[in-house]
Amino acid sequence: MGQTLFDKIWDAHVVSNNEGFPDILYIDTHFIHEVTSPQAFDGLRQRGLPVFRPKQTVATADHNVPTWDQHLPIKEELSRYQVDMLTKNCAEFGVELYGLGHPYQGIVHVIGPELGITRPGCTYVCGDSHTSTHGAFGAIAFGIGTSQVEQVLATQCLLQQRPKRMKIEVNGQLQKGVGAKDIILYIISKISAAGGTGYFVEYAGDTIRSLSMEGRMTICNMSIEMGARGGLIAPDQTTIDYVKGREFAPKGEEWDKAVAYWQTLYSDADAQFDSELYFDAADIEPMITYGTNPGMGIGITQHVPETASFEAKEQGSYAKALNYMGLHDDESLIGKPIDYVFIGSCTNSRIEDLREVAAFVKGKHKADNVTVWVVPGSKQVQIQAIEEGLDKIFEAAGFPLREPGCSACLGMNEDKIPAGKYCVSTSNRNFEGRQGPNSRTLLASPLTAAAAAITGKVTDIRAFLSESEFAEF
Amino acid sequence: MATKIFKHLQTSVVPLPIENIDTDQIIPARFLKATTREGFGNNLFRDWRFDENDNPKEDFVLNHPTYSGKILVAGKNFGCGSSREHAAWAISDYGFDVVVSSFFADIFKGNALNNGLLPIQVSDEFLKNLFEAVFSDAHAEVEVDLENQFIKIVSTGEQESFEINPYKKACLINGYDDIDYILSNKGLVEEFEQK
Repeated sequence: MGQTLFDKIWDAHVVSNNEGFPDILYIDTHFIHEVTSPQAFDGLRQRGLPVFRPKQTVATADHNVPTWDQHLPIKEELSRYQVDMLTKNCAEFGVELYGLGHPYQGIVHVIGPELGITRPGCTYVCGDSHTSTHGAFGAIAFGIGTSQVEQVLATQCLLQQRPKRMKIEVNGQLQKGVGAKDIILYIISKISAAGGTGYFVEYAGDTIRSLSMEGRMTICNMSIEMGARGGLIAPDQTTIDYVKGREFAPKGEEWDKAVAYWQTLYSDADAQFDSELYFDAADIEPMITYGTNPGMGIGITQHVPETASFEAKEQGSYAKALNYMGLHDDESLIGKPIDYVFIGSCTNSRIEDLREVAAFVKGKHKADNVTVWVVPGSKQVQIQAIEEGLDKIFEAAGFPLREPGCSACLGMNEDKIPAGKYCVSTSNRNFEGRQGPNSRTLLASPLTAAAAAITGKVTDIRAFLSESEFAEF
Repeated sequence: MATKIFKHLQTSVVPLPIENIDTDQIIPARFLKATTREGFGNNLFRDWRFDENDNPKEDFVLNHPTYSGKILVAGKNFGCGSSREHAAWAISDYGFDVVVSSFFADIFKGNALNNGLLPIQVSDEFLKNLFEAVFSDAHAEVEVDLENQFIKIVSTGEQESFEINPYKKACLINGYDDIDYILSNKGLVEEFEQK
């Protein structure tokens, strides 16, 4: 029987599989950041252990950094202390840090790929659930807790039970105005925020294959929002072309050897999955969420589901979510006034996202009732956006390009959405209070967010754009 | 390094019959700035527990004088979302030793086990009966026996066995730690790296 891509990579990283124990899985690269690592470094100190493989550990400051004036000391005391602690820990344990001011600084799941650290066939972990992003390269990548961060720092390995395997195929032609973000929001809305729990997902099908690497990262990024530990996509020429020539990508003979190996990384035709799901790309509309978990999404022309359509035991939680969001049964979201637009996060803050938004807002101006934050995923994305003149387009549209970080995705820094306000956000979670206490998040694609910024309300991008304007995308 | 040991418990429970409780509700991101593991219990379920002026909300179960105990009982898909281990630390720090739900998110489950907090997955039916028992008598006790892998509603005698990975069970009962286990295999790790 053939093997799945996931099993090929997993098997190649098993150090030991003793009967009755989880596998000891070797980790090629461990990404760390300021929020989930300090207690792990403390643990090493208590044990008197060094970082086992410091050269396979990459650190950056992203979750808790301001997105203005990054050249100045961080104003908020606890945030500054936490970022300083990362600097101190990295220096003490010999770990390379791309901290504030470093040209490689940025959201951990943006910088790994753009620096060529993320590659097919490898294993990656980070104390962050969106580590699943790196799976877009045909890698095994998943989020871990701080005790496991300590474990990987101490041993470069992780004790891990092999998950079940799920295949999700999407085939067919996408409608205009529909992109990677809509695909993944659609899938999650169909299988729920828990539908992938216990599984590692392989995304396949010609629609997935047609996506750029950045689109594939958006898809894999949100695997965790259906409960799956991670998601991956078999590498192909798109993957190889993306990695080639990047800072830490293999070079010369090493490159040829690497590519030869990557070309063996696919699920065999007779590989068995524990679950298989199939979707038709033509069914997918621009998506938007209306509730308080990412599974609560609808096509933008659809109405909020009726409470009575749920099982009795689910109705309480459902009504609580709608009440929090200030929405009611059967409401249409189109035309609903909004207050904020956030374009950023490890889901949608890469150069293609910014280009797409810029192409749409060029020559337009944001609505008066809306505050717009555009936060690039990394210093490199920020610089590239400036080089391409995107910052000027944003500026003219009424919102400046900010500096890189996780920002309003989780509101750890000062970028918080005020209580009761609606934010159309390109991030990944619409949980209660996620973007600030009592904030209300509507998750959507960068295009749908850009349209909301211009009109000041929830807008169907397809109706807004004329055919000729579509041609630009 | 030894971790917290868990074997057996019998206490009243705190019911939280809400589904999809994510780790942002358990401990909001703005409280993740601490650099130690202690003190997160004060902010457990912060925005459900306190209003914007930090006054306790009377309708939230943790502020209800009737309910107490070392077992938290919650709706399905508990602990979804962020990988923050601070969620498990907050629940433990508040004083819970066990969380019962009909479904747990993967990362939360792992984090809980690594901190001596036992996540017990029960059937929908058992969960429903457990909520009924505690809502008809707030002092209803529940017995948890890890060695024999069962959970029991003491008043009705209804019990259900639960699954746990045998390695993780041994860790909890003996206070073993994953790092000690991997370090005992360090030779194999170095051998693997030479391949």
